[in-house]
This record gives sequence, structure tokens and C-alpha cells, in this order.
Amino acid sequence: MVRLRLDRQTLFLGAINVLVLAAGAVLAGNGFLDSYNLQSMAAQVPELGLLALGVTLAMISGNGGIDLSGIALANLAGIIAFGVAKSLVPVDDAPLMFSWTFAGLALLVGLAGGVLNGLIIAYARLTPLIATLGTQLVFTGLAIYLTNGSAVGMGYIEPLDDFGNLPVLGVPLCFALFLVIAAVLGFSLVYTRFGVQLMLLGSNAKAARYGGINEKRMLLVTYTICGVLASVAGIVIAARNSSVKWDYGSSYVLIAILIAVLGGVKPDGGHGKVICVLLASTALQILSSLFNFMNISNFFRDLAWGLLLLMLLASARVSLGTWLRPNR
Amino acid sequence: MTDVISASGVNEKPRGLGRRLWDLLGARPELFTLTLVIATSIVVIIANPDFLQMSNLVDILRASVVRGLFAMGVLVVLAAGGIDVSFTAIAALVMYALTMLVIDVAPGMPIAVILVIAAAGGALLGALNGFIVHRLNAPSLIVTIGTQYVYRSFLLTFVGTALFMNIPAAMDRLGRASLYTHISASGVASSLPATVLVLAVAAIVTWFLLERTLMGRAIFAVGGNPLIAERLGINLFTVRVFVFAYAGLLAGIAGVVHVASNRLANPFDLAGMELEIIAAVVLGGARITGGSGTVVGTLLGVLLITLVSNVLIFVGIPSTLQLFIVGLFILIAGTIFTLRNRG
Repeated sequence: MVRLRLDRQTLFLGAINVLVLAAGAVLAGNGFLDSYNLQSMAAQVPELGLLALGVTLAMISGNGGIDLSGIALANLAGIIAFGVAKSLVPVDDAPLMFSWTFAGLALLVGLAGGVLNGLIIAYARLTPLIATLGTQLVFTGLAIYLTNGSAVGMGYIEPLDDFGNLPVLGVPLCFALFLVIAAVLGFSLVYTRFGVQLMLLGSNAKAARYGGINEKRMLLVTYTICGVLASVAGIVIAARNSSVKWDYGSSYVLIAILIAVLGGVKPDGGHGKVICVLLASTALQILSSLFNFMNISNFFRDLAWGLLLLMLLASARVSLGTWLRPNR
Repeated sequence: MTDVISASGVNEKPRGLGRRLWDLLGARPELFTLTLVIATSIVVIIANPDFLQMSNLVDILRASVVRGLFAMGVLVVLAAGGIDVSFTAIAALVMYALTMLVIDVAPGMPIAVILVIAAAGGALLGALNGFIVHRLNAPSLIVTIGTQYVYRSFLLTFVGTALFMNIPAAMDRLGRASLYTHISASGVASSLPATVLVLAVAAIVTWFLLERTLMGRAIFAVGGNPLIAERLGINLFTVRVFVFAYAGLLAGIAGVVHVASNRLANPFDLAGMELEIIAAVVLGGARITGGSGTVVGTLLGVLLITLVSNVLIFVGIPSTLQLFIVGLFILIAGTIFTLRNRG
């Protein structure tokens, strides 16, 4: 039986979402809560949300797990997929066919990139930080080489553009896809063999080894999923911007980590909840849109993100309970 | 740090050349970096003998100075088992605020005072990193990602975003000062900048710190195993604050050198360099998990990164492949070092 347990952290993050939305309504006027703005905010969540889910998985796997190569792989997936799909399918005659080919190819690139990360980390035993730093440079370098360092316009491709921007029943398609992916991931982390083994591996690698868990295969699978998630982000980015570019979202590496930590994922491994990461990504997006509405500079927004990250780390160490509890 | 001796004597079998080279590599990982540097140079020279011109060599040295200063700081942090990605933000904040201060308040400030203030400012910001890392007991990567955002956006929000085209006279003189001017046959003058001396001093001080002081011992001990280090009576708090402050200090100096050699203070500069610097230090043989690393190896790593960024064009490889090749080097070097450590 799947039960949605509402623990304190989930409630807390949910409350933050409501609070930020309310603050938006007060500070930025009613325009902030109309369906158009809500939809445009929702459509902006998946790119970062998917990358943050990747970072979450890597962090859960423990032993300094992290994925710095996500956004680089996302951009590379978009670039390669567009280049190859263009030569396979005529864009103007069969836009739908083209879009599916594009998406399929992007997923293949993500799969390959993820397997590469997984092999290097699991079998060559490189620290995840160094491995994904190296592959980040390799992916970015390849993307620069293929595009000569400039953005590649894709033109208006209706099905792809619809996927990025069109709301169906009030929910933007790409956001719906993000929710589905998050739900599948959240379910498998809690209720499948893979998820349980991953949590155990992250919290105590030695015990996991003695418990008969195949550590190498687990790491390979985990980082492969990270790669696939990154390529889905790449498809969303391409669809929403109608172009692919090697340096799109250069600050996403850090923001994805921020979202994961905001969502309560432990950088030491073994703990993390998908629903919390999801709520963290929406909270960050609402806050970011609010800053936009109020014409607050991007620089100040980054300052807020940095302080937020540090305060979160601090709050994880300081237990408020000891002060809130009545005197013994 | 060197655990090679224990194995000798037990294993008396004569070993092949390959095996001995492999063991040597484990003891001195920087030899691998040196091999990569030499191999890259040979390939470039064969492909294009023009590379050996004095002006090119001087350019590479010039481009290595700021990277080298950063890398010395990162080396010390890595040796203590931490990681720092905020040093470029510290450098940008210090260089820009200081340039502004000198221009507005004390235009005649001598370069020695400027460098001391830069070092102090950088050290203060770095110490804050160390303090947070220790008090929150959080991964230093995540803490310094946070402080990087805070430092950089503090600079851009509250200090300024406009370029300074006219930098203070003292900084300008530092940037123009040259140790040696070479006039080639075709009449092209190339001068070895005096800023190279700053890197030389920093390298010697870092070497002395790591290899000849108690603090150096403590740094490697904490990097190797913090729990055991603490039981040996090493104060983790002091070591952590010290290494981050040291990285900040060098970053502050690197910021001033950067302004001096570019004759321009741009608050958007230096951003995004941090991963490349960490890559250079790792290429130089320092383990990301701490407890090892040498100054010579790090300098070679910096040289390799600079070489790759500057010389591809001579070989006819498009410069767009630069990042790809640096990434490949990291993966290869990382794999070889890890395999060696296991063996």
C-alpha cells in the first residue's frame, strides 16, 4: 500500500510554498496568482527540478556522491539530438516525427553520458566529484566543438514548442512530465528493491557490502539514471527556448545542489525524499519569480540563494526543539 | 605521507621496468603530470616549431601566474581534506573593492600596502569559510558554494558593476614591471612580467608551510584522517580556519595581480575559473580526499592546463576542443592515480 506520510519536513516545505505564494500576492499584487503566471512559473520548474533530482540520487548513494555534469550533459544531449535528428527527419514535413526522434536521441545521449559517469565512478573508482568534474568538462567541450561555441536556433517546431509551453487542463505539459517522473522516482526510492538498497548503500556502504548488495552495479545504475534525468532536462530546455546552446544555465550546477539541500537531502548520503526536493524546487521558483515581479536584481537573488543555503546548513545542525520544549 | 618503505624488503623478487615505473608513479604522482606536460610540448613542437618563440613561452608564464596563486591555496585546502570553490569570488570581491578604495580614498597608496590589505581581506573572508565549515560540520563543497554566491553577489549588488579602466598607479606599475625583456630577430619585444615573482614567493612559502612546519604536518594529518588527527591532539578548528584563510589570502593577492596585469578591474572577471583550478591541482597529483599533494606537482598541473589552453591553436586543433581535452586529461590522470593508490 502506498501511503503518503506527511512528516514535518514535507509539511514545512509545503508551508514555505504557501507562504511565498501569499507573500507574492501581497507584495506583487493579484497578477502574481493568476493562472497565466502560475502556469509560466510551473513551466520553468522542470529544467532545474530534473537536474536537482539527479543530484539527489547521486547524494543519496553516499561516499561523497554528487553530479556536477548534469547541465553540461543536458545541453550536449540537446545539441547532438538536434544535429542528428535534422539529418534523419525533415523538420518541415514531419514535425511530430522529428520531435519524437529528437527526444529519443537526446535520451540516448543522456543514457550514454550517465553510463560513462557510472563506469568511471563504480569501476575506475574515481571520486564522484572529480569524475563528474571531468565529464562536465568533456561534455561541455564536446558541445562547444560541435557548435563552434554559438547557439543553434531550432526554429519553430510546433509539437516540441507545445511540449515546452502549452498547458493541458491548466497544467503545462513539461511540468506534468516532471511530476510523473518525480512520482515514479519517489515511489521506487521507497517501495522497490533498488530504492531500499540505494538508501542502505548511502547510509552505510560497508554494511551494504556485507549485506550482499552489488555496490558497483548500484552506482552504475544510479549515475545512469542521473544522466537520463539530465537529458530529459535537455529536451525541456530545447523545447522551451527553441534553441540549444553549450552554456545554457551555467549557474544550474550550483542551484541544483541548493535545491537538493533545501529539500533535506543529506550530502553524506543515505537520506532524501523526492517529494521534499519537488517542493523545494517549486518554492525556489516562486521566490525567483517574485523577485522578478518586484524588479529585484538578479545579483541580489543570488545573494539570497547563497544565504539561504548557508542558513539551511545551519538549521540542520541547530535543533530548535531544545529551545521550544518547555522546561523540565 | 610516504608509505612506500614498508613494502620494500618483503618483496625481493626482481621486478620489471614497467612495474618499477608503476611504483615510482605511486610515490611521485607529479611525474605523470610532468610526462603529460613534456608529451604535450613535444607534440606541439613537432607540429609547429614556431611555438618555441620567446614570446609564446612568456605568454604561458604570464597566464600561469593568477592560476598558480589560486592553485597554491586550493592545494593547501585539498591537503587538509576540504575543497574550496569560493576563492574566485573572494578574489573578485577583494580586487574590485580595493581598487575602488584606492582610487577614491588614497590614490597614492604604495603597492606593498595594497598587497597587504588584499591579503588581509582575502584571509578574513577565507577564515569565515573555515569557521562555517567547522561549526556547521558540513561538506566544504556545499558551504563554499554558498559563500561563493554570497561574496560574488554582495560585490555585484552592493559594491558595483562598472569597470575601472584607470587602475591605481601603483597597480599599473606592478603590471608593467618586467624582469627581463627579450627582443626577437623580427623585432618583437616580449617581457617576462615581475608578477611571476609573486607566484615564486607564494610557491616557496606554500612548500615551506607544507613540508617544514608543524602546521603542514597537521594539515596532512587532518586530510588523511580527521578523527585520528584529533586524538593526536591536533586542533581541527585551527587547521580548518587556517587552510581556508590561507586560500583566501592567496586569492586576495591573485585578485590584485589579475587587475595589475590586465590594467582593468572588472567585477565579472574570474567567475567560473574555480573548477579549472581544482582540475589543475588534481592533475598535479593531489588527492581530492585529502592527505596528499605537492607544490611542484601543483605547479606542473597549472602549467599543463595553461599549456592546453594556449597551444592547441599551434597544433591545428580547433581551440573549441580545449575544454574537452582538459576534461579528458582529468579523467585519465584521475583513473591512473586511483588505480595506483589501490595497487
